[in-house]
Amino acid sequence: MSTEESRKNLATAADPLSEVMELQMGPSHPACHGTVKFDLRLDGENILSCGITLGYLHRGFEKMCEQGTWTQVIPYTDRLNYASPLINNFIFCEGAERLCGIEAPERTSYLRVILSEASRIADHLTCLGMGATELGAFSAGFYMNEARELFYNLFARVTGARVTVSYGRIGGLTRDVPDDFEQQIRAAISRTEEVLRDSEKMLERNRIFTDRMAGIGILTQEEALSYGLTGPLLRATGISYDVRKAAPYMVYDRMDFEVPVGTKGDNFDRFAVRFEEMKQSIRIIDQALKQMPTGPVSVNDPRFVLPDKKDVYNNIEGLMNHFKIVIEGVRVPEGEIYFAGEGANGELGFYIVSDGSGRPYRIRVRPPCWYGMAALENMVRGHMVSDLAAIFGMINMIGGECDR
Amino acid sequence: MALDSAEVAARVAAAVPASSARAALTASRLTIEVAPASMPDVLCFLRDDPAMVCKLFVDGTAVDYEALRGTVEVIYVVRAMADPSRCIVVKAAVDAADPVMPSQVYAGANWAEREIYDMYGVHFEGHPDLRRILMYPEFEGYPLRKSYPYQKRQPLVPERDPLVNPWPRRY
Repeated sequence: MSTEESRKNLATAADPLSEVMELQMGPSHPACHGTVKFDLRLDGENILSCGITLGYLHRGFEKMCEQGTWTQVIPYTDRLNYASPLINNFIFCEGAERLCGIEAPERTSYLRVILSEASRIADHLTCLGMGATELGAFSAGFYMNEARELFYNLFARVTGARVTVSYGRIGGLTRDVPDDFEQQIRAAISRTEEVLRDSEKMLERNRIFTDRMAGIGILTQEEALSYGLTGPLLRATGISYDVRKAAPYMVYDRMDFEVPVGTKGDNFDRFAVRFEEMKQSIRIIDQALKQMPTGPVSVNDPRFVLPDKKDVYNNIEGLMNHFKIVIEGVRVPEGEIYFAGEGANGELGFYIVSDGSGRPYRIRVRPPCWYGMAALENMVRGHMVSDLAAIFGMINMIGGECDR
Repeated sequence: MALDSAEVAARVAAAVPASSARAALTASRLTIEVAPASMPDVLCFLRDDPAMVCKLFVDGTAVDYEALRGTVEVIYVVRAMADPSRCIVVKAAVDAADPVMPSQVYAGANWAEREIYDMYGVHFEGHPDLRRILMYPEFEGYPLRKSYPYQKRQPLVPERDPLVNPWPRRY
């Protein structure tokens, strides 16, 4: 074939970009976190449709909860949203406490608020840091990782573990916080404020970053509500729905904070809402530290709370209570409840059914990112493949929570 | 807005006569029990009713009561935007041996119902895409049924050649 001929053939051959290309993205694609697969149909770079396959991290959380005692559910809840495990612990315990008709001591409520907000900051730092990294803004990602690490170290000091904390208990906490807790958390916060200032400048005024976020993945208010979006995804559309304000639990009703909302419901609003929420969380922690009373961290009720080790070893009542709770489990009265709190990604709900025995009859988790994933196809349609990483990053899908 | 259980039940019953609605109110939630076939009408009424405006779909799930009552209870949770402090739980009991009920109109119900189908085997009529969502297509049985032993083993599935026999998918 002469050069002339091959040029002519090339000119008349069908454009390879003119036909629809099928592309499987994930589960081992770095932007898919190893837990989700996208079946894309592409017109050139544009996404025509996106099929989503979940379940790579399904461990049967809800089935396993039915096999053990109520207390044994708590370590499982650590493994739901592993970026903010303390929130899962506390919301499950609050739900179970409402079924039991007990109320955690005031100090515990304050500690739960403080640690929940610290977890929210750590979760948002993870989400935004990873989201920025996936768009190439590595420096901001590493700055945020540094601040997140401060909070993880704090959790390790308080609970003994960075991620698998198991710190909540029905009726209280495992133990009180260390004596220098306030000093530690204030040190972590003051460094985090610097990090937030720096990374905000790096991202919000970065033309490349804003161009890739603004106007991408828009959902309207009606769509967001119908899909069941909550948290930053819903607030980015301008609906000011936050469980901490709508149905206050713990001591959120005593806290003065604002619920940031967006205007357009695009990716940049989701980013900005999360950023502002971290600042509000810092406000809440500051108020809670000032108001927090001293006192016990667990209710004084041997039906629900393990006795002190000194009682277990030294008197028969303590030993009996210990065995009753460990072997038979906490007896949660018969009944059912849907209890929801504001997780880092949105409304984290537990639908709990008890038949009065020592084991849960049914525990359903409402994972906030599940509904974000359900809306993903709607968000990415018409955008480019490179936008998929940005939109998926702002949903903050956590495999452990979504697949359970 | 004050939600009164008797009033809500009466209004639901008046709007959807076939629902035989019963309601109960607690501090944090309002529970309405309805007949399975009338669930879409009830949810649409709650969503469009100006006094409730339950536009936020919160969750859909199920509880297995097969051994106790021979039913599986399908549960939807919605929130009234007029008063988001209370969630509204709407339940319908379907026959555990032949669980069938209509699908709901909320966009979020799509995946919630796929999960209920996956875990409990409830068939939702009119659902656009009723497939397993967390389990793989060859999975046998419905794992969250109480009759499913938690240590049960599944048969080995032959390896797929994705070109000859692609995974069932829908774009």
